[in-house]
Amino acid sequence: MPKYEKITSAAMLEVDGLAKRLGAFSISGVSFTVDEGEYFVLLGASGTGKTVLLETLTGVIRSDSGRVILAGRDITRERMQRRRLGMVFQDQALFPHMSVRRNIAYGPASSGMKHSDIEKLVELLASETGIGHLLDRSPATLSGGEAQRAALARALAAGPECLLLDEPLSSLDSGARVEIRTLLKKLNRGGMTMLHITHDYEEAAALATKIGIMENGTVVQVDTPQRILTHPGSEFIARFVGIRNVYRGWLRRESDGTTVFESDAEAPFRLEALCEAGEGEATAVVRSEAVTLSAYRPDTSARNLFEGTVSEIVPARRGVEVTVDAGAAIVAIVTERSVESLGLERGSRVFASIKASAVKIIEG
Amino acid sequence: MSISRIEPMHLVFAALGGVLLLFIVAPLAGMFLSVGKAELSEAVTDREVTSSIWLTLGASMAATLIASFGAVPFAWILARKEFPFKKLVNGIVDLPIVIPHSAVGIALLGVLAPGTPVGSLGEKLGVTFIGGVAGIMAAMAFVSVPFLVNAARDGFAAVPVRLEQAALNLGASPLRVFLTVSMPMAWRSIISGLVLMWARGMSEFGAVLIIAYHPMITPVLIYERFGAFGLKYARPVTVLFVAVCLVFFIALRMIAGRRSHAEV
Repeated sequence: MPKYEKITSAAMLEVDGLAKRLGAFSISGVSFTVDEGEYFVLLGASGTGKTVLLETLTGVIRSDSGRVILAGRDITRERMQRRRLGMVFQDQALFPHMSVRRNIAYGPASSGMKHSDIEKLVELLASETGIGHLLDRSPATLSGGEAQRAALARALAAGPECLLLDEPLSSLDSGARVEIRTLLKKLNRGGMTMLHITHDYEEAAALATKIGIMENGTVVQVDTPQRILTHPGSEFIARFVGIRNVYRGWLRRESDGTTVFESDAEAPFRLEALCEAGEGEATAVVRSEAVTLSAYRPDTSARNLFEGTVSEIVPARRGVEVTVDAGAAIVAIVTERSVESLGLERGSRVFASIKASAVKIIEG
Repeated sequence: MSISRIEPMHLVFAALGGVLLLFIVAPLAGMFLSVGKAELSEAVTDREVTSSIWLTLGASMAATLIASFGAVPFAWILARKEFPFKKLVNGIVDLPIVIPHSAVGIALLGVLAPGTPVGSLGEKLGVTFIGGVAGIMAAMAFVSVPFLVNAARDGFAAVPVRLEQAALNLGASPLRVFLTVSMPMAWRSIISGLVLMWARGMSEFGAVLIIAYHPMITPVLIYERFGAFGLKYARPVTVLFVAVCLVFFIALRMIAGRRSHAEV
């Protein structure tokens, strides 16, 4: 029995200098840390080595160098079946010849858990993931969302230290995405550490407590969603991520039928949106191109008007990025001529307007 | 799309196929029709005939089951792993199909005869290969095992490797994954491979003739009756045995037919 040094920190998963060359794909110098209870989203375009990283973490392939530490245990060379890094596949990979119940029971049965305990665990996880009524169904009869719930329950049943999610929403329709996003958040709040790998910035914006950006086979930036999105570390990230204005908060429906998004930022921040979404937790996204700046209170049809102070003016690939502090930071892209004609500089008072139709709501 | 004219080439192809079908069916049908009820019932009650049919069925089934313990796991390796000289290994698996069966008998005789290491080991364990059931089984297994390995390998290859990875990820040992995921998902191919191997083993003549003339399996019995007494005496045994073979062949086709993909 090897002795490992127990690492005393809140780090649940530490990836340190991981490298693997595999034909045309390779990763190198991949380092990041996922703290206990964190929702870490690794965001990267396709072909950036996400799959290679994933297979190295789960042990399908062996890394050439580097270390993977899970809950203080070096699992770099550990056998696949002993890693305790619960994988949730994009296509669910449920066992088609077993009922949902037997799928969920597979992990605990493999570890020799008592039959009666397995049954209790399956019932518990099925109710937690909302599939209690589907236990005796065959996976082939499940909808995409139901199958992903079953896959989550199956991964959790094996008692992982951390869940590894491979594009868990990309094969789902939009309704199921909302459900699964909500479930993922719930599981994370219940204490489960998550490492979620995706190419979809909306998933990252809506779920992450921390985002890592993957580019050319390595992790180039790790930060909070707000900082990654408002202060992308490179032009590539800026273009890849594409959005600057991301707000977490709640969706509420007013008595007159309008949908109002309220942010949980320090200062009250309120956005009117044009969408069919129901009430509840949500993320609002506004492209910086959709923000109009003016020096005086404009007479406009835009439903969202903020008065604020310019906190930053940065030249961008096209135009100039102006950050306005109006309770929450609002980033606008304007032309250089607009900056001149409005006389913008740090500290200027400006009005920022956003059409309700330009506010994109991500539910869940 | 309008209904196209009948293509003359298709007609020619169909006609050629018809000739081929007739070539297969006519001799069998002719043989079945030539045997009267009385002769058939005589064959059914002939102890020499029935015991040889039981021996043939039993020996080929036992050979199949014993060989499957090696063939099925080996098929999984062939389907899943890359290793040096894999093409060569695949070729070796198919070798028994291309070797004349009398040559197989001669080759096996060289390994199983008394005095050889295997033969002597058999003698110590009380197993007689030459002129014994164990020898019959060895000859049957040799010529028929490629059918099982190939069918099982195709079956395993059709199981998504991701499911095996998912099972390992859930903490299952590789053996448990093999038994609970790979095998059940490939079982149709494995079953059809087993039936095919069994059927092929039952019909073996050349290799068995050389290893063990006695105890007499049915193909050898047919040959002996034909040689000693002529066509008339060989026919009832043949009809009975072919009927038994057909039952298994039809069973095989039914299992294979229910498979959604892959071939036999």
